[in-house]
Amino acid sequence: MRVAIQAGPFDPGRESAVFASGRKDVGAIVTFTGVVRDTGDASLEAMEIEHYPGMTEAAVTAIAQEAQDRWSLADVLVIHRHGRLVTGDMIMMVATAARHRKDAFEAAEYLMDYLKSRAPFWKREVTAEGASWVDARDEDEDALSRW
Amino acid sequence: MNVLYFAWVRERIGLPREEIDTSAATVADLVEELKGREERYAVAFSDLSALRVAIDQELSDFDAKLEGVREVAFFPPMTGG
Repeated sequence: MRVAIQAGPFDPGRESAVFASGRKDVGAIVTFTGVVRDTGDASLEAMEIEHYPGMTEAAVTAIAQEAQDRWSLADVLVIHRHGRLVTGDMIMMVATAARHRKDAFEAAEYLMDYLKSRAPFWKREVTAEGASWVDARDEDEDALSRW
Repeated sequence: MNVLYFAWVRERIGLPREEIDTSAATVADLVEELKGREERYAVAFSDLSALRVAIDQELSDFDAKLEGVREVAFFPPMTGG
């Protein structure tokens, strides 16, 4: 298991290749990459991500550990950035490796759902009209209930 | 005890962290104490349903006891991913 909370960019292709290499007991690898997209009404100048150093690492590690306990996984990778990002930048990625795809897919979705609402990150959108904190959505909280 | 604020809670209170000498028994008591200090705290803590709390870097709730606690953090619901 690897958890990286970082300001700098990452290369998802390279991360996927490293994550996949040298495995003999794995039949499925799922990767997900989150990307900064434009907002609906105003052009996004930047997405600023604040976090809680110390707690972030602990919370994300606990979420990844829980995924390993619930599904039969060979490995888990979580990378999440903080700081100032712009449209098209990659914010985060998760990767799961399992013997079978069902475990890999479900665990990846679980990780995404929990990273969204239980890891201490806060997004702030900066547009020409000003900056505003992104509100948590009820759907994101509801998504946790299926697990 | 170290008290930390994040996102708009930090902006409304105007600082990211402070050392607070308190005898508050619970998080809710600490919130009441802070609200009584100055208007900016009263504004930041006006709607507790819009806030989350972590105790020693673990998510907790407003009824939690503060005895032996070193660090309390207040922040809005998280928006990672």
